[in-house]
Amino acid sequence: MGANAVNGAASAVAFAAPAVTMRDISVDFTRDRNTIRVLKDIDVAIPTEAFIAMLGPSGCGKSTLLRVVSDLVRPAKGSVSVFGKSAVEARRNREIGFVFQDATLLPWRTVIDNVRLPLEIKEGASRIAGSYSPEEMLALVGLDGRHNAYPHELSGGMRQRVAIARALICRPRLLLMDEPFGALDELTRDKMNEELLRIWRETRTTILFVTHSIAEATYLGQQVMVMAANPGRIRETVPIDFGDDRSPAVRDTPQFLAYTARLRRLLEAH
Amino acid sequence: MVADTMQSIAPRFKWSSVFLSYPALLTLIVIVAVWEGAIRFFHVPDYIAPAPSVVALELVRQLPNLAVNVVPTLLEALGGFAIGNLSAVLIAVAMVRSPFVEKCFYPIAVFIQSVPMLAIAPILVLLFGTGYTPKVTVAALICFFPTLVNMVRGLKAINPQAFELMRVLSASNSEIFFKLRLPSSLPFLFAALKVTAPSAMIGAIVGEWIGSRYGLGAMILEATYNFRAPMLYATIFVATSIAMALFGIVGLVERRIIRWRVGDVY
Repeated sequence: MGANAVNGAASAVAFAAPAVTMRDISVDFTRDRNTIRVLKDIDVAIPTEAFIAMLGPSGCGKSTLLRVVSDLVRPAKGSVSVFGKSAVEARRNREIGFVFQDATLLPWRTVIDNVRLPLEIKEGASRIAGSYSPEEMLALVGLDGRHNAYPHELSGGMRQRVAIARALICRPRLLLMDEPFGALDELTRDKMNEELLRIWRETRTTILFVTHSIAEATYLGQQVMVMAANPGRIRETVPIDFGDDRSPAVRDTPQFLAYTARLRRLLEAH
Repeated sequence: MVADTMQSIAPRFKWSSVFLSYPALLTLIVIVAVWEGAIRFFHVPDYIAPAPSVVALELVRQLPNLAVNVVPTLLEALGGFAIGNLSAVLIAVAMVRSPFVEKCFYPIAVFIQSVPMLAIAPILVLLFGTGYTPKVTVAALICFFPTLVNMVRGLKAINPQAFELMRVLSASNSEIFFKLRLPSSLPFLFAALKVTAPSAMIGAIVGEWIGSRYGLGAMILEATYNFRAPMLYATIFVATSIAMALFGIVGLVERRIIRWRVGDVY
């Protein structure tokens, strides 16, 4: 499969310094005096510059896992480190970008003002390693010429492009994506997947991508982490050996089908 | 022939298209016609119920008098509108920032809202005399509660994901307030302003009923005591028109500021 450095995700795990390390993480949610264990004993090391897809049924805690990494949810036990620091520190240093399921654009701001939002927040602004300009970001996500549009004038795919531009403007080293294309139609989603791979190759940001689409996980991930529910845990990590420069055509190969079949079996296993 | 072609090109005024765009206009014309017809048919005297034509004549005749008396009422309404809404917004902000403040103020706000305004007016006259102050206060009190309730709701109605976004960005509380909470609450604020703009007129008129020698409220009282029903109707017509104009102005401002659809997720 070519002499690509990151080709073969297993070797990447072994040699690169980890971007995210989670040790023995458990998360509890309390509702109506019942405590539910959402995540149990998560041990993960995410290599730097990797693209990891997290695949699992709804309620397996994959979104919660992203929120633990970004310091939105505190774990009941265990420790997280992001680039060798605590999650709090990484968040304050703007080393983490987050793309939500909805684009979550502020409807009263134009496209460019939405992308500019992170630069307007004071905390951590001085520690940003060197941000992009909003114009550069919009060019990167292919939204030149729509700078002054309002979110309601954009399609769902375009809104998610704006959200990606906003998440990347502070040059985060880690990008967390929580089913960002889940609400898009299949054609738009395929297109966005290709664009995302291109953006990843250009920015070399470590990406943790949550999805419940088997095909999307297979096409995007260097590795696919398969999760199981009740309590949320990692069942198995499957390396996907297509290389980084995979073309959309890999989706039609027998190898791709073999991966999706294997991932489906892992998802369905009890 | 030439004239014929000209006419077919030029847009012609058609009553049918006007009524299609504003069906309420047709309803209004029918109501006025039935009213006029009924008064004439049953020979109802003017001091009991005047015909629309009589009211229109009286309106024209009283125009100078009405114009003089509109000014104080409008000023009282605008003053009350500004003071009532501004204090409601500020207290709503304090309530959302501190649950303790909310617990301190909310029951009292409900209590004030529950006291009948007609009963409060005499108290205010005793307190503030017969000048502008009691009228402005009644108008302000009427505006206060709807805006308070809406503003508290609006400031709390933020998209949870947008809140998470601000937290990932390490935004401070005041950044979250000015960049997220306040703009999200604007549609709620305008909903309240549209309700309170006509209410402020009501407040000013009610204030004038208790001890006033000027304003539309005083004219309404005078007309009633002297059985001058046409003048009463004409005054009410003017008061209503102004209340509707205030509503319209707020609506225009709202359309310029709020371009997004509330409740949609972007």
